[in-house]
Amino acid sequence: MTDLPGYPSRRNFLKASAAGVALSGLAAQAKAQETTPPVPLEDYDRAYLTAAEWAFVMAATARLIPSDGDGPGAIETRVPVFIDLQLAGDYGSADDWYMEGPHDPDAEPARGWQTPLTPAEIYRQAIPVFDAWCEETHGATFAELDAERQDAALTSLQNGDVALDSEIRDFFTILLANTKEGYFADPQYGGNHEMQSWVYIGFPGARAAYRAWPERHNEKYPLGPVSISGERA
Amino acid sequence: MARQEKKKDVVIVGLGWTGSIAGIELAQEGLDIVALERGHDQNTVPNFEYPQQIDELKYGVRLKMMQKPSQQTVTVRRNGDETALPYRQLGSFLPGNGVGGAGTHWNGLNWRPQEVEMRLRSYVEETFGADIIPEGMNLGDYPVSYDELEPFFTQFEKVAGISGYAGNLNGEIREGGNPFEGWRSEDFPMPPMPTTYDSSKFRDAATAMGYHPFPASAGIASTSYVNPYGMQMGPCNFCGFCERYGCYQYSKSSPQTTILGALKRYPNFEYRTQSEVLRVELAEDGQTATGVTYWDEAAQEEVFQPADIVILSSYQLNNVHLMLLSGLGEAYDPLTGEGTLGKNYAYQMNGGISMFFRDEEFNPFVGHGANGICIDDFSISQNDFGAEGFIGGSYWRSGTFNGQPIRNMPLPAGTPSWGAGWKQAIGENYGHAMSIGSHGSHMAYANNHLDLDPTYTDRHGRPLMRMTFNWQDNDLKMNQFMKSKMEPLAASMNPDSMRSGFKGEGAEYDVRPYQTTHNTGGHIMSENAREGAVNRYCQSWKAHNVFAMGAGNFVQNTQYNPTGLVGGLAYHTVNAIRTQYLSNPRPLV
Repeated sequence: MTDLPGYPSRRNFLKASAAGVALSGLAAQAKAQETTPPVPLEDYDRAYLTAAEWAFVMAATARLIPSDGDGPGAIETRVPVFIDLQLAGDYGSADDWYMEGPHDPDAEPARGWQTPLTPAEIYRQAIPVFDAWCEETHGATFAELDAERQDAALTSLQNGDVALDSEIRDFFTILLANTKEGYFADPQYGGNHEMQSWVYIGFPGARAAYRAWPERHNEKYPLGPVSISGERA
Repeated sequence: MARQEKKKDVVIVGLGWTGSIAGIELAQEGLDIVALERGHDQNTVPNFEYPQQIDELKYGVRLKMMQKPSQQTVTVRRNGDETALPYRQLGSFLPGNGVGGAGTHWNGLNWRPQEVEMRLRSYVEETFGADIIPEGMNLGDYPVSYDELEPFFTQFEKVAGISGYAGNLNGEIREGGNPFEGWRSEDFPMPPMPTTYDSSKFRDAATAMGYHPFPASAGIASTSYVNPYGMQMGPCNFCGFCERYGCYQYSKSSPQTTILGALKRYPNFEYRTQSEVLRVELAEDGQTATGVTYWDEAAQEEVFQPADIVILSSYQLNNVHLMLLSGLGEAYDPLTGEGTLGKNYAYQMNGGISMFFRDEEFNPFVGHGANGICIDDFSISQNDFGAEGFIGGSYWRSGTFNGQPIRNMPLPAGTPSWGAGWKQAIGENYGHAMSIGSHGSHMAYANNHLDLDPTYTDRHGRPLMRMTFNWQDNDLKMNQFMKSKMEPLAASMNPDSMRSGFKGEGAEYDVRPYQTTHNTGGHIMSENAREGAVNRYCQSWKAHNVFAMGAGNFVQNTQYNPTGLVGGLAYHTVNAIRTQYLSNPRPLV
């Protein structure tokens, strides 16, 4: 790996650690991160989602960003944890939004969010409706379908072929947006575990200091990401 | 019964760019001043500190630096036949919140208008004839000229610490600068920023086609700098977190980095946060304001703040809303053309092309909000409106900014939006794409205006403001013209593939995707009280001790980002207050 002039040397950092030099706060956190494995997803203590909802979110995100092929999937990056925490927080309850009535959920999509429901309420109402559609159409709830039929069901949901009331019609849109957010956001929000998505695409995360780089043209930036907490990958 | 505060010489409503300018310039006169800010206090330290600020989810996506619609928003309809619905979740535009306002979270693109943009109606009539002006377009001249504003543009640029290279220095055209810009009495305070790879590719392609590339005018420090108020800036490190973020390292021009530290040292200036102004109070004869009533969030009560001068310096939408609620003029009626408040609401017409080069490295996270090389070869002063069938123009820019993956993941046409194909595409394309943007003018029309909503109210029981807005053929034609010119240039760079995004004929306004926070007009400047809400000094025609700052004064929007004109007008206004109004308060026109 390449060490850059003017930047802390990662190689030297490793040598120093091995020699037992006192760790900085940043390094101590990075080390702690390595030694405490996260709770397995099946044992995760959910903040908002019910068991059935969790099963759906696990299965759906696993198809939206699958694990096979190059790069991590939603499961390895713990996207379901991110979604659970977001729905339990002020995003889920639309705290910042204007939610006064009257509402016109039938307004055309270009008019923006017009449902009376919050994002958390949409997940709660839409998952059983979609699961019922999956049972009727494909013979099992979404989580129980094989990958091919899951993809077909998600495609139907995306294309508007699953009859949803206007109040919950944006379910797929927010599910997909939240999945990508959890994949790419800083790990402090529960997803992007070990910054795997950043490593995969080559985004350095919170490094945010590139003084030498504007005029290094057509040269790949060599350093891996850091997170806000000081974790490195 | 509202609590009453001690009378002040000046009350400032909103402590962003223009409120800070008014505060420091009038504090120098020894006036007793209070600024009322709806939002929270915030400063570089501790609010924008590294690494907490480097958080795309919190600030870029959840928009924690912005106005919360739950506190204040508008309703939107696209024409008079639709029922306006609330702008419940921020999307198309992002008004700021807190001390510094939009000046804290902007990109730093600082432009002056072209000379002809300040007298656009006259220019069109003289050059192409009045009959090319489409029906329903409220095309106007500003009641103040470029030449009159030039010293104030210069003053703002020195305060804000702008980096760039003058293309027109006192009439002399200089190679490497913008040959089509208005004249400058001095060069930029700082040299231009370094050029990233995408910008250099664009510069080479533009040069080969005979265009005139130049570095963007950036409210981003390229060197260390001390401004006329003694405020210090340090050179930008291309961290890439400008738009939607506060700058963690004193490099982006903002009220915090260039004014507020100096302003807070004046003992005759104070500011109160969490103080949301509800209305301007008028004297019984309606000829002057007596002060403002605001909501004190901490005390949970209304407060009357008497003052001799009222400066409205909140965001454009909020300024217009306050003026409508306070009777500072009559609401505009698009059918009769009578009334002035809410008239000529305008926006921006933008488009662009993404280009993919699988074997090249662009490091999109290395950048800043005002990064790039630009051309003005298709700007308002360069286009033949008669031949092309539209009035307007745009500037083009290419330069990495906002290279953060949740929001900035351009992918080739035909890429699936999820699944294995999407995941493969992000791995193949992130870091291997560049773009060119067209940032275009937006004219004013009878259809596009602001008034009070009949149904929806805010938490204080006040009617929300209603925006009636849709895209118009003239500006859509301009945008398609830009597409026809930009695609050959992009193709000349031989990308593996490219993807254009330009609104075209029939496009309707969609409030969901972010477009721009360049909302303009609604309390426009005018030669007389029939045509606008304020005069050439941004002084209310209705109440002479009320001055309204900001882009609400724009007669129609220019092709550029509005801050340079906003700053120039603000210094022009405070100069008039200092030199003409204080000694003899009266209507200045």
